[in-house]
Amino acid sequence: MRRGLDHKLVHWGKRNLFPNIAQSMISILMLIIGCGLLYLIMNWFLINAVWKGDSSACREASGACLSFIREKYLYILFGVYPREHLWRPIVGLILWIIFWFHFTKKKNWNKSLLLKFPTLFFIYYFLLSGGWGLSPVENHLWGGLPLTILLSTVGILVSYPLGILLALGRRSKSKLLSYPVVCYIELIRGVPLISILFMSSVMLPLFLPNDLNIDKLFRAQVAIILFSAAYFAEVVRGGLQSLPPGQEEAAKALGLNYLQTQMYVILPQALVQVIPPTVNTMIGMFKDTSLVIVIALFDLMGTAKSSLTDASWLGFSIEAYIFVALIYFIICFFMGRFSQQVEYEFKLSKERS
Amino acid sequence: MKRICILALLMFSTSHAGTLDSVKKNGKLKCGVSTGLAGFSSPDSKGVWRGLDVDFCRAISAAIFGTPDKVQYVSLNAQQRFTALQSGEIDVLSRNTTFNLTRDTVVGINFAPTTFYDGQGFMMRKKDGVTSAKELDGASVCTQQGTTNELNMADFFRTNKMKFKPVVFESNEEVNQAFFKGRCDALTSDKSGLASERTKLKNPQDYVILPEVISKEPLAPAVRHGDDQWFDIVKWVIYSVIEAEELGLSSKNIDTFMKTTNPAIRKFIGLSEGNGRALGLSENWAYNVVKNVGNYEEIFTRHVGNDSPLKLDRGLNRLWKNGGILYAPPVR
Repeated sequence: MRRGLDHKLVHWGKRNLFPNIAQSMISILMLIIGCGLLYLIMNWFLINAVWKGDSSACREASGACLSFIREKYLYILFGVYPREHLWRPIVGLILWIIFWFHFTKKKNWNKSLLLKFPTLFFIYYFLLSGGWGLSPVENHLWGGLPLTILLSTVGILVSYPLGILLALGRRSKSKLLSYPVVCYIELIRGVPLISILFMSSVMLPLFLPNDLNIDKLFRAQVAIILFSAAYFAEVVRGGLQSLPPGQEEAAKALGLNYLQTQMYVILPQALVQVIPPTVNTMIGMFKDTSLVIVIALFDLMGTAKSSLTDASWLGFSIEAYIFVALIYFIICFFMGRFSQQVEYEFKLSKERS
Repeated sequence: MKRICILALLMFSTSHAGTLDSVKKNGKLKCGVSTGLAGFSSPDSKGVWRGLDVDFCRAISAAIFGTPDKVQYVSLNAQQRFTALQSGEIDVLSRNTTFNLTRDTVVGINFAPTTFYDGQGFMMRKKDGVTSAKELDGASVCTQQGTTNELNMADFFRTNKMKFKPVVFESNEEVNQAFFKGRCDALTSDKSGLASERTKLKNPQDYVILPEVISKEPLAPAVRHGDDQWFDIVKWVIYSVIEAEELGLSSKNIDTFMKTTNPAIRKFIGLSEGNGRALGLSENWAYNVVKNVGNYEEIFTRHVGNDSPLKLDRGLNRLWKNGGILYAPPVR
């Protein structure tokens, strides 16, 4: 058995790594570079790393300062959220993870999700903000990963349907509807998210009466929704245009009205067509939420940055950024995998039919 | 863009009387701080805001409520800070903001007394043996391109008739790296910034920040125009912190003065009445400030001085009696 495996490995290596001289040279070069990099990373991250001790011990060592992460990980993950109530965002995040695994199972893709998703969101929001027996925590104390998750999930949840409506509006035959929609989409796509966030946080309050203070988090959330809706609209429009006109004509011939045509014939096909760009936009949006740092909301990126300004722990930016990058990577990786799975399932069901 | 903002401010700003009342009604002081600046305002590992600027928020809270913890910190970046003050999002701005004429007038804010006199300085390697910036003739100096630091440095060398070789870089990070790798003899930037760069090193004791200050960066808290009572309160809380040091009162010893006959101290801690009524606060407001937060020396030492990693010299921030420029009018 073992010999068989060895043989297979040798065979695989011969075929893929060393088929001829030129290929072999490249393979050897790449292996040397790879091993070198691996050695450097191991050296930095494991062998010379500092696991215990304060910042001066870290400065003495040449490796990674993991005691910085040990000291700061709670702050980076949860920001200034009151420590005595920390179990609430933790429970909230665990619920999201459970839901996520629930959601990736194909047998759970049904209408009940329309109920489960908002319910989960309200439980999450209730856990963070308190009330009904839990002591209230005002939203200026929210930060870190829970805030990133909140901004991005609410953003996706609201802007995706909004984007579908905009896409339908853009293709509408009524000029009174389609022109404003085109203007909106082009305007939003023409400015960077950062400037919309700035407008919402710096300009807007100046034009409101003094006693009217719209919550900063709410303003940021609306800005993110308005922005990504325009992008989703264009993605969905791509899907709508890819369908042959015969589909719509056939639906009409069957006597379906506009709403029925879109709901049962056009959208189900169009949305499946554009799963990859949709997930692309979602991942982009998830990462874009880190821009709220410019309006001084402490999302995951913001807490990482501000953890670097503690006078006792100055100068460990590489460690902090790698820590945050890993979290972003894990989440984005799972989103990407999920999109592949969805595509696969739909392709399968199409082939079966 | 800036001008439009200011115009809009002028058009829409109404008077904000009654800040004290609204602070009392809310039960908390909304204090604008930075998004993180070592020693001035930065959240610690437990998420608690600490720093010199933060302590002045705490002092105002102690003066009003008798406890330093009734503060909501609102972190603001440089662009947001004045809007936040104007729109009532915060009651006081305590965020390393330089006091100057434009801001004091057309931006529509009033500056309280300076809490930290910062300014551009030089950092050198200790082994070079330089003790004064006047000895820098012929030195190569690292600085960031296109900043006021670059201009101030050129002016300084010209007025002192010394030669120098500027070594400029695009980003702050590059400038610091160049200096620590030995590309230049000296590094110039604001002194508090030099100190925080120094703490990132393995061997901070090998570097020295020269005593001279070649530019003026008085950092002061601010309130909005239109509420004189509130302005008075913020102003006198800061003066009381400075005055406490001059009177020799600290958070540790203030309780031993409860039977003192010194009239200035009796007035200060409210044993003889008058100050509190004049400000609209309780008579023991200054006692609460010093007891809970400390005098200027304690605040300075704790966050940027010798008890902190920054180890800044007090320099200009000494009392006037000790050769600095901190001077509080009589608290009576």
